[in-house]
Amino acid sequence: MGVDIQVEQLNAWFGKTQALHDITIKMSANHATAIIGPSGCGKSTFVRCINRMHETVPEARVSGRIRIGDLNVYNGTSATQVRRRIGMVFQKPNPFPTMSIYDNVAAGLKLNGFRDRRRLDEIVEQSLSRAALWDEVKDALQKQSGASLSGGQQQRLCIARALAVEPQVLLMDEPCSALDPISTSKIEELIFQLKERYTIVIVTHNMQQASRVAEYTGFFLLGSLIEFDRTEKIFTNPSDKRTEDYITGRFG
Amino acid sequence: MRTRFQQGLDELRQKLLRMGGLAEQAVDRACQAYVERDLTRCHMVLENESLINAAEREIDELAFDLLALQQPMAVDLRFILAVTKINSDLERVGDQAVNIAERVMDMVELPPAELPIDIPRMAAAVSAMVRRALESFIEAKAELAQAVLEMDNVVDRMRDEAFIVLVRKMNDTPAVTRQALDALLIARNLERVADHATNIAEDVIFWVRGRDVRHNVESPIAQQTTRDTH
Repeated sequence: MGVDIQVEQLNAWFGKTQALHDITIKMSANHATAIIGPSGCGKSTFVRCINRMHETVPEARVSGRIRIGDLNVYNGTSATQVRRRIGMVFQKPNPFPTMSIYDNVAAGLKLNGFRDRRRLDEIVEQSLSRAALWDEVKDALQKQSGASLSGGQQQRLCIARALAVEPQVLLMDEPCSALDPISTSKIEELIFQLKERYTIVIVTHNMQQASRVAEYTGFFLLGSLIEFDRTEKIFTNPSDKRTEDYITGRFG
Repeated sequence: MRTRFQQGLDELRQKLLRMGGLAEQAVDRACQAYVERDLTRCHMVLENESLINAAEREIDELAFDLLALQQPMAVDLRFILAVTKINSDLERVGDQAVNIAERVMDMVELPPAELPIDIPRMAAAVSAMVRRALESFIEAKAELAQAVLEMDNVVDRMRDEAFIVLVRKMNDTPAVTRQALDALLIARNLERVADHATNIAEDVIFWVRGRDVRHNVESPIAQQTTRDTH
């Protein structure tokens, strides 16, 4: 099941440049939260702080608190422990190109020393089913490589790979920006179903997508969280003029 | 800045204002025709109805295109929804003007009768409501729209009074029943125009403030904002 993500006074820097300013936000369990804002506003940095990817950049640092359920992300917890709870899906589908579909999904578990073949088969099927890909690939699990699938299928394969390690949170950074409308609608439908089991945070430039899939939306500008509210409020009647100017295309 | 989209919104605003002008003119002409028993004005109202109908279609088509092609959000979305609803109300105002003109044409064929009703006074109140509702749209001023809502009760009372005195007149002087009935129907048509002006004002409040104030129940869409646009 998903868990709440509680972010308090989060600041992030790249060297001397501050990319995030005092972000405080609570993302509710089993809901999708969309993060929107113009390029360079700190959306991706924000999600990369949640799974400790920000610190992998040289000279990057973070202050503040993030809790994922009962796990304190930045206080004595290892990045590996954090990432076990979090699945991440990126803009460009990135299946392991030389691995079969099966091995792509099983990779995370195998890396953790999981060897029970029968259980592995079950998890691969379950993950591919949850990613709405099973029916399309079940006859080619071992024969076909991940790279041989279409872009939309590859993205769902990446989602299946993320789900296989049983995360509580799914972070998605522009998951549909490289996909056609049909693949996009499949991923969006999938996000809707996945909310039952996971807490989802989706970064998107596509405001229609945010309004379609997320119950809550946060608007970022110049590294600050300007407004966070229910999605229907943000897109019909936002409280802050800057939010309205952005979503109506008056800037950005 | 989405220049083309903004141009589309401006065009929509201009078209609605032209439509508002036509509807307002139709009501004024019909009422003037009543005062002067003027068949020429009645015919003008009937002929101009097709202009109003054509304007309604044009506005709906443009609004539909903007919704489909530009995916408006927030204040722009509320604006387009408000325009489509105001558009439909203005078309109905045009219909009411035609109804009044037809009643006047009937009355002109009958001998003039002294009726205990001040239609010009009622018409002036109703015209003021339509004009203010359109002004509140032009200026995006919710306070002006609010004032229109408050005027509706006055016109309702005028219609109720007209009903009482005209029914009494029909009983007392059956020879002028048809004229009294025509006047009663005109009073009802005017009261309907006032209702459409009220709807327009409510739509302006919805657009500007993001609040749904229809049916005397105030509820914010999603949640209240106190900020007016523009």
